[in-house]
Amino acid sequence: MSLRWIAVWRRNWLVWRRLAIPSILGNLADPLIMLFGLGYGLGAMIGELEGTTYFAFLAGGFVATSTMYAATFESLFSAFSRMHVQRTWEGIVNAPMTLDDVLAGECAWAATKALAAGACMLVIVAAFGYAEPRFAVAALPVIVLVGLAFAALGLAVNALANGYDFFSYYMTLFLTPMMMLSGVFFPIEQMPDAVQVGAKILPLYHGVAVVRPLLSGELAPRLWLHLGVLGAYAAGGFYLATILTRRRLLR
Amino acid sequence: MRAQTGALIAQALRKSFGATEVVSGVNLAVATGECFGLLGPNGAGKTTTLKLCLGLTEPDGGEIHLLGEPVPRRAREARRRVGVVPQFDNLDPDFTVAENLIVYGRYFGLRSAQIAARVPGLLDFAGLAGRERSKINTLSGGMKRRLTLARALVNDPQLVFMDEPTTGLDPQARHLIWERLRRLTQEGKTLVLTTHFMEEAERLCDRLAIMDHGRIIAEGSPRALIAEHIEPHVVEVHGPGFEAWMDVARSLCPRVERAGDTVFCYVDETGPLLANLKGHRELSYLHRQASLEDVFLKLTGRDLRD
Repeated sequence: MSLRWIAVWRRNWLVWRRLAIPSILGNLADPLIMLFGLGYGLGAMIGELEGTTYFAFLAGGFVATSTMYAATFESLFSAFSRMHVQRTWEGIVNAPMTLDDVLAGECAWAATKALAAGACMLVIVAAFGYAEPRFAVAALPVIVLVGLAFAALGLAVNALANGYDFFSYYMTLFLTPMMMLSGVFFPIEQMPDAVQVGAKILPLYHGVAVVRPLLSGELAPRLWLHLGVLGAYAAGGFYLATILTRRRLLR
Repeated sequence: MRAQTGALIAQALRKSFGATEVVSGVNLAVATGECFGLLGPNGAGKTTTLKLCLGLTEPDGGEIHLLGEPVPRRAREARRRVGVVPQFDNLDPDFTVAENLIVYGRYFGLRSAQIAARVPGLLDFAGLAGRERSKINTLSGGMKRRLTLARALVNDPQLVFMDEPTTGLDPQARHLIWERLRRLTQEGKTLVLTTHFMEEAERLCDRLAIMDHGRIIAEGSPRALIAEHIEPHVVEVHGPGFEAWMDVARSLCPRVERAGDTVFCYVDETGPLLANLKGHRELSYLHRQASLEDVFLKLTGRDLRD
């Protein structure tokens, strides 16, 4: 793999750095309102969960979820406008770049934005005393992996899209149910065994399973399995994205 | 090998999408420093041929050498020395004029300082000096097109592909682009352009090929094509009773065509035809020299292509 994708990453960075602050605030407003509302509101009724406060329990889930959404938005809506509306990708492949370079740059870029969102969540969670700063730092590489997995999946979906409306199917039929099933709001042991098996196939579950214990200074049991599944989603999703995008654009 | 010394050589190119063959056995040989035009109605396969030459789509058959590099195998190496002006504007609306050039130059692996040193010259060439900080959406259509051309030159290419470089421009803007393209050929760059403006092809191209239904149906210099395929004079006739008059026309002209309410008479000698028309005051007529457009319409027909 060459490093030519960096030129694509830098293109996106140059656009974003002017809008970074409002963009981060916009991305974080939603999860923060949910986290504080549910964490303090429901938390007062629930009390402790798995040995921590409900707020701390939710915090781990929301760090992973915000990361997922940030990567997804970038690899769906923003990538689609660059691919289809602005034809930016077509311009890039006229230079000595391949579509794989473009996708690698876009994937790394979406993961970067996911890292920014996840890191901001970690800062807030740590500032409110729900994670020690050094544990929050330890979660950053996991955030990157979660970001890469959802960026790659998003790019594969992007290649199939015929318009922005298409993305609402992916979000409402895949991401939202996954958020409910992946142990973000409650431990998945609450659910029937069959549903649990289904949940464990999905990537978000593995992100939450690693990030949550990490924030309280513990390594998840079967850590490498979780990381492996996330890595497989990233690699498999990226491979699929290259096939589907090539089919779409290089015909 | 001689076959690989031209700027662009394509032999027996074929490409199908599904069951439709879009390019059916195209041969091209563009010499270094030449301005070569690829003409054809919409859907003739011009854009696909360009994409094949750039290595952006895999041919089903045939061989391509672009600047001596086999394509698609070494398309990336070839594209390093090639510029492309695409059919649709894809300047980056998020950037200023200068940023568009800098960001694009990075795709060629150029360093920012290297590109920054080239920007003033490129903007000068594009007639955009002093506009480096302008946003793209404040530029006119002609300015955008010139910036796209400047962007295609950011790597100082040996060959520039242009897919309909002046479509959608007003005459002033078009003439300015033509002037710039001539300057490029004077600098020794090879130009390959597709167009369906015959005037553009006639003015700019040393040689051209007319393409239809995925095949090249005629090739040569604009002058030679006109001499080879068409009578030197055209008289366009319309007015009441033109249908009855067409029989007269057929007796006086080697070739007569009707399109709607107009009769096109193609002749070597205009004397007898014009004398006859003087006796038909109800008919209006226009006498002109045959042009490349007449060749094009003769070879590709007058049917609409959508």
